[in-house]
Amino acid sequence: MATQTPKPQEILTTLGHQPPSENWMDTKPEFRPGMYCHPVKIASLEGMGGKYAREWAPAEPDWKLPADWKGIVKEGLKDRLNRFRSFQVFMDICVRCGACADKCHFFIGTGDPKNMPVLRAELIRSVYRGEFKTAGKILGKLAGGRKLTEEVIKEWFYYFFQCTECRRCSVFCPYGIDTAEITIIAREIINLLGLQIDWIGTPVNACYHIGNHLGLKPHTFKENIEYLLSDVEENVGITIEPTFNRKGAEILFVTPSGDVFADPGIFTCMGYLVLFEHLGLDYTWSTYASEGGNFGFFTNNETMKRLNYKMYAEAKRLGVKWILGGECGHMWRVVHQYMDTMNGPADHLEVPKNPLTGTVFNNAKSTKMVHVTEFTADCIKHNKLKLDPSRNDHYTVTWHDSCNTSRGMGFLEEPRYVLNAVCNNFYEMPDTTIREQTFCCGSGSGLNAGENMEQRMRGGLPRANAVRYVHEKHGVNLLGNICAIDRASLKPLMDYWVPEVAVAGLSELVANALIMEGENARSTNLRGEEINDLREEAGLEPIDFPDPDEEGAGEEGEE
Amino acid sequence: MSFIFSIIAVTALVGVALAGVALDLRYFMAVVLPYAALATFVLGVAYRVLKWSSAPVPFRIPTTCGQAKGLDWVKTNKIDNPCSTGAVLVRMFLEIFLFRSLFRNTRMEYREGGKVRYGSSKWLWLFGLLFHWSFLIVVLRHMRFFFEPVPGLIQAIEHADTFFEMGLPLPGPNGLEVSLPLLAQSGVILLAAATFLLLRRLVNSQVRYISLAADWFPLLLIIFIAKTGIIMRYVLKADVVAIKKLTMSLATFHPALPTEPISFMFYVHIVLVCTLLIYFPFSKLMHLGGVWLSPTRNLVNNSREVRHVNPWNPEVHFHTYSEYEDDFREQMIEAGIPVEKEA
Repeated sequence: MATQTPKPQEILTTLGHQPPSENWMDTKPEFRPGMYCHPVKIASLEGMGGKYAREWAPAEPDWKLPADWKGIVKEGLKDRLNRFRSFQVFMDICVRCGACADKCHFFIGTGDPKNMPVLRAELIRSVYRGEFKTAGKILGKLAGGRKLTEEVIKEWFYYFFQCTECRRCSVFCPYGIDTAEITIIAREIINLLGLQIDWIGTPVNACYHIGNHLGLKPHTFKENIEYLLSDVEENVGITIEPTFNRKGAEILFVTPSGDVFADPGIFTCMGYLVLFEHLGLDYTWSTYASEGGNFGFFTNNETMKRLNYKMYAEAKRLGVKWILGGECGHMWRVVHQYMDTMNGPADHLEVPKNPLTGTVFNNAKSTKMVHVTEFTADCIKHNKLKLDPSRNDHYTVTWHDSCNTSRGMGFLEEPRYVLNAVCNNFYEMPDTTIREQTFCCGSGSGLNAGENMEQRMRGGLPRANAVRYVHEKHGVNLLGNICAIDRASLKPLMDYWVPEVAVAGLSELVANALIMEGENARSTNLRGEEINDLREEAGLEPIDFPDPDEEGAGEEGEE
Repeated sequence: MSFIFSIIAVTALVGVALAGVALDLRYFMAVVLPYAALATFVLGVAYRVLKWSSAPVPFRIPTTCGQAKGLDWVKTNKIDNPCSTGAVLVRMFLEIFLFRSLFRNTRMEYREGGKVRYGSSKWLWLFGLLFHWSFLIVVLRHMRFFFEPVPGLIQAIEHADTFFEMGLPLPGPNGLEVSLPLLAQSGVILLAAATFLLLRRLVNSQVRYISLAADWFPLLLIIFIAKTGIIMRYVLKADVVAIKKLTMSLATFHPALPTEPISFMFYVHIVLVCTLLIYFPFSKLMHLGGVWLSPTRNLVNNSREVRHVNPWNPEVHFHTYSEYEDDFREQMIEAGIPVEKEA
């Protein structure tokens, strides 16, 4: 990217959390490169039937808002107040106690007071009061009210696309006010004016028409997986032949398309392939429902529904019994809390039952969709996996709980159970930064673009800070997770803040440890990296790796 | 500025009450105003709660703060991630009566060298809890003014509340110490806790920055209510018997000012209390009603197990499989992906 991201030290030395002296209603956001995302492409917006598609730029003074923009926003607000009890209650009952203030990763990383969740919500609450409430209309600022202006819209765009809908604030709020919910609705309203970011709008359009966010057409999707299989063949020594769009399979497997596309997600994908081969699972991929994630969740509930539709529709067409879902955060928030409501009931499917263990997943009785990690945990519990956790001994792992699976689902122990079964060195980050208190990667909710790198690195600062802590204390060198956006975004985050730490999805570690029938010497991990411990076990000569810390590489010998 | 405005507003209310006494508007202040205030409070709160309740809950969105119910052998955190209605009730009880979420509070410290650390911070929880509970006890204790005979429960609360005789020990005749009778600790705690919350709002720069008049005003109002109550009772020693005559006349809907004089401070107190009642339904104080309706707290986390219905589930266009196949049929055939219709 053309924008120069400041050095970590520059951020750390200039960071402060004291609010300015002016009233927040008198300050404006500065659209500084690196701190916001590019606007959506016209074709992407129009492809989804979005109105007011146009060329515009956030840093320009004129956003070319539609003529009746004020009416549209007011109507949009009113409509959503009537349709969402959450929105109405959250607009009304905040007491501004400030418990949420220092819980937001964006506030911690930027020091910008409008990133305090309470103030983020006040950005919209103030308009609600100023435009709809008698006291706010008459007393204005004194009653915390303000009028809807273009400046307000710009501020909304800036700050509601600087919230990753992680829900951490909601854990601490005495009334459970959920900024994610407020941001979700605020984005719906902003979108009504044709204001959208490209990193959301373009994947949404691609997912709708082509099948996945990355716009991988059916043959390309298949080719990508075949390419991964050739790596598996080389590194594990086994040949796998998965099926695509196969009717009559027992299970449909759906995972975020990022898993078939980029490092380190592809290693997670190899992990699924190896795992399912190990189990001899009767499953199929689909090129039509080739996206587990749902960037529609970051636009409006209607779009979320339109994208999510394909999973059940494809499961029905193929006649599978149930759906297995890959590792992804917001995908699972949608699957867990929205899918059945939007596109259910899925009566054409059966209550999921693990064909190997006989376990019936009653917790998924209605959605008929099971998380690959709970599936794996069940297989391990019933001794269905042959595992050699020492094959992950070159990793000292810590666990990143993804926001959505933690606070929108409560999926905390299953991944830990699997992790403990497949690796020997696992250390938790401090309690205030994991489980329900986990910190976001800083790039969730569609903000993992390239042009907003400074925003992302700042947002991920608390996460990285906790990783640094365990890296220094325990020598942690791997950050595990079950989220595709994490895999895509924690890597640059680690490279920036804690470059000694790599990032991996859980299924990659599972497959590293899996003892496969007919496997090769397994002297490498799934990434194809030669590991001396593994070579030794395989009876191979150790390799003389250059020490990355030393200029004169190789002097340290075989350590 | 909003702080100063709020001080002026509350002081002005005291001034209005004093002027009312001077102008002999006692009947208005002690009879008309309380009825109007109570009616506004009851109708206003009911209206707000009914309005919230009538809005649908389209999605099941509990914030899960612990392990979900899943595989049989995984230990569930039933309270923070409720798996049944009973568990939701426990969660709500802990939330509303013990402020469980606030108990989690941490404080972020940004240390030199760019390290971020999080310390435990229970002060807000502690003083918030003291404030709310003492306020509740004060309100319940005041119910003695509206019943004759005083119900046992209220007597018991009052008895417990005055158990420690928290009065300032004053040197009595012959060197004996005497306590002021029946100084309830709830009143003192209420004043102390409200003062803490006010000072926190003033001292903590982040909280000061987000504070509106709507935050300062009710807090100051409650502080003034507590102060005038304590002064009236223990310094000016208002005629409690006369006050009870008045309140009983209100409670029995035969309003009449007693013939005995009542301290002017009583009128100040009652004007402030009525202001609070009238202000209540239009303000953030409605968190009292709203917290019960918060969808992130009051729903069971079972949306994969039991289908949640959205009453306005929208009709939308889908991109169907056949449209998809029409777009890519040739490439699919070429790649060996099965199709429904051969080209």
